This record gives sequence, C-alpha cells and structure tokens, in this order.
Amino acid sequence: MTEGEFHPQPSRSQENSLTDNSAHERNSPLHDIHVAGGASFTDFAGWQMPVSYGSDLAEHHAVRTTAGIFDISHMAEITVTGPDAAAFLDFALAGKLSAVKPSQAKYSLLLNDEGGIIDDLVVYSRAESNYLVVANAGNRFAVVPALLERATAFDVEVSDLSDEISLIAVQGPASRAILEATDTLTVEGTPLAELKYYWSTDADFAGTSVFIGRTGYTGEDGFELYVDVAHAAALWQALVAAGADHGLVPAGLASRDTLRLEAGMPLYGHELGVDTFPVQAGLGRVVALTKEGDFVGRAAIEAGPAQNARVLVGLTTEGRRAGRADYGVFIAAPDGVEPATEPVGIITSGALSPTLGFPIAMAYVDANVVEAGTPLTIDVRGTRIPASIVSLPFYKREAK
Amino acid sequence: MAEQKDLQYTAEHEWVLVEGDTATVGITAYAADKLGDVVYVDLPKVGSDLAEGSVVGEIESTKSVGELFAPINGSVLEANEAVVADPSIVNSDPFGDGWLIKVQFTELPTLLSFDEYSALVAE
Repeated sequence: MTEGEFHPQPSRSQENSLTDNSAHERNSPLHDIHVAGGASFTDFAGWQMPVSYGSDLAEHHAVRTTAGIFDISHMAEITVTGPDAAAFLDFALAGKLSAVKPSQAKYSLLLNDEGGIIDDLVVYSRAESNYLVVANAGNRFAVVPALLERATAFDVEVSDLSDEISLIAVQGPASRAILEATDTLTVEGTPLAELKYYWSTDADFAGTSVFIGRTGYTGEDGFELYVDVAHAAALWQALVAAGADHGLVPAGLASRDTLRLEAGMPLYGHELGVDTFPVQAGLGRVVALTKEGDFVGRAAIEAGPAQNARVLVGLTTEGRRAGRADYGVFIAAPDGVEPATEPVGIITSGALSPTLGFPIAMAYVDANVVEAGTPLTIDVRGTRIPASIVSLPFYKREAK
Repeated sequence: MAEQKDLQYTAEHEWVLVEGDTATVGITAYAADKLGDVVYVDLPKVGSDLAEGSVVGEIESTKSVGELFAPINGSVLEANEAVVADPSIVNSDPFGDGWLIKVQFTELPTLLSFDEYSALVAE
C-alpha cells in the first residue's frame, strides 16, 4: 500500500505549528478508539491520524516480529466498473491491468502526459470488469479527476467511494494467525492459508462484506481489510481482541514510515512526484511499454528522462546520525581538500533504521556519479558524513 | 526528581531547575512526546560556554530532529552521559534521569513558570 506525504520533521522550535489545528481536518471513523488508546496524532493530508500510541520503535519492532494494526482509513478508494474497465485502465495507468486476473492485485502508476507521476496506486481486480483503485489520501483530488477525464471515451463508471470505505492493515508475521483467530470474520473466498501475496479474498464480518488483500506497506507479510465506515470500529476491536494472544499492537504512521523505508518502498511526495519519471525511481518495470495501444504518458516515457537525470539509490552511513529529507549528497573530498559545495544529489527519506541499527536513506543522485561508484558524503546539518550506495531494499523478510 | 511545578520553562519546551548558581536543563514531556522515541542525543562539551538562545545540542528521534537551545548564559558543568548512551531515558523520564546538561550561570533570564508553560502547551 502506498502512503501520502508524510514528513513530520519539525524542530522543536516550530512545534507550536503542530498544535495549530486547521478547521479542515477530518477524523477517521476509528478516532475515538485511537484517543482512548492514548494515540498522539499528526495532520496527514488533511486527516488527523495516529502517529504513534506511545513508542514508535516498539510498534516498528512489533510489526517485524509479531504484528501491528494500522488505521489507514484516509486512503482513497475508487471503483472502476463497466464493460471497458480493463481497456480503460490500460489507457489511464502505466501498467497492463487487463492482464491482472480476478482477485489479483497490481502496483501501478498514474502518469501525466509528461511521464511524471501523479500518484502510485494499488489496483485490485475484483471480478471481470470490476476494479478497486487505491490512491494516496493526499492525491485523491488529483487522481479522481484524472481518471474521470480519461474515462470519457470508454464505457466505464468511475466512482470515488473514499468517504464510505475504511481501511485497516494488519501487518507482521502473526497477521494470518490473527485474522484466522477473529471469530466474527469469516473468509468466504480463497482461504487465507492459500492466499498469495498481492491476491485478495472476500469475507463476512457481522453481516457486512469485507474485502481482504494480502498487501501492505511494511515489508512484512500482512493483510489490508476494506470495510464500510459503519463497521470499521467493530472490525478493529475484533482484530485487536483476537490479536491479544499474538503480540498485536496498534501502530501509527511514524512506524509505518520507518517500516516502508527499510523495505525500500517509495512514499509519494518524497521519492515520487510529478517531476519524477518512473525509471528514475526504479519503477521502470511498472510501466508496460509492451502493452498494445496508447496510454497516458507513453510518448514521454519512450523518449525517457534527460541525460544524466538523477536516480533513486539507497544510502547507508555509519554512526547514529541519520540523513533526513532534503539533506544534500556530495562527492567526498580527500583529506585536506575543501569539500564540494555543489550537491550531486538530495535525500528524500532517511532515519536511523530500527531493525538494522544504522542510518539508512533514499536519495536521488546524478546518474553518472552512481555509475562511477564515486565516494559520497551527506551533509547532516553542517557535518559531512561518508555514505555508501547500497541496493534497495535495506531490509527483506526471510522467505518462508 | 523535582516537581514539575517547581521547575522553570522556556518556549522551546525545555525545563530548568535552578539550585544556587547551577541550572539543570532538560526537555519537557510534551517535547519528548512530540519527538517520539529519542535515538540520538548530542550534548555540548563540559567546560564549553553557552550563549542564551543558541543551539548547543540535538535530540533526534526516528522521525524528527529537535534542537537543544541554551536557556541561559553560562558554562557547561556536566553533560548527561547516561542519556547519550541510552537516549530512550529522555522519553521514559524527561524530568528526572533524562536531564541533559548542568550549567553554571551568573544571571538568570526571565523564564516561564509552570502555569505559564502549561498554558503555552494547552494552546
């Protein structure tokens, strides 16, 4: 699953702005549960969402070792139905969605004519001619109009159901055991034990239907449960109760961010944006240039980005001081040589990795510098720290 | 551990405990909560001179970076090495074992009272 812009990195001197609640903020259907659970909140794409329930590190480790439950009700859900649904998505999105089988899911991109990324999405095929498109909360009002505009020549209906659907993610190695232990949740489609990664199934919960994808944004096994807003609180509580014996903890957006960073997953607004070509972000494989017919952005993608355009890399550094978003990346100067003043790259996300114990970052760096293997440094608030380029992801769960 | 009502405060969410000519400085529970789990603390060296209002250290969490401002002019008598070794103490006991520096000072600036600081964070 993808996430909208997330960068709560204020210095404490700016903290008063954190409490400056705008009138436009929306609460999740689970808000009261989060308040009762002691959550602290952050503004996220106009929503007040839990940032943690006490310790973001404990939440992070729980997802890696047992399980965490996340409220991501702010995500946008859009249905695409009708005879032309598959052909429409092949035209509107970068991937070949017509090749996705019913109950299968696929990560995709919504491009603009210039080949830039309007949003990254997960598309679930629900049945023939019936798709669920899940977009970032912060991009909902860019994605929906773009889809509607692209749909005019197709016999298809595009519906924004974001206000009617809640999304709960259960992530971590104990996820399946927790869902199976939830008595009131009855899987009616493919049993969870047989459900592969990036496939989905259907379930009944207290008389309402729940759509379950074996998808996530943490680098662990896990599930995402789509449920109508009215049943979201009851479903959350049932999962939490069933998870009590399995080490399940409520987890907030702070741990979600460090988890996805370790897993090398891009975050829109950080690694992805309208000025980013998919190939720069390492997402060239997501664009199906071999599919028949035109799609929005195709000509620009075929022309490719500019010569020496920056490419996304993973960086690791020693010590404990992490590079953060917007910090510069520089060519390392030998001892006694004045350090370079012109950056050759910029960090887009970074943190001290809770799982690995050393700082990790994703950064866009000039392609020729990456190819040459030139030694690099990052500027951490005035101090140059040597950085090594490593392949992504930083963390990969052990295959079962 | 001093009572929170007996401490003085700054608008930068630091607390100051004055005992004679020594000021013990830490960050408030409010600041620690806002930062999240603290994973790195950088403190000024013992003997270094501090200028009121200047940045003299850093408190980093997984998700953000907080700056330590000198609340007072003076020289550093002691830096809390226990917190450098285990930054999580800042979260678990911000007003006690999570203190950051002790500063010797000659003149005390105007700081916020407990009531004034409480009103500030309630805004």
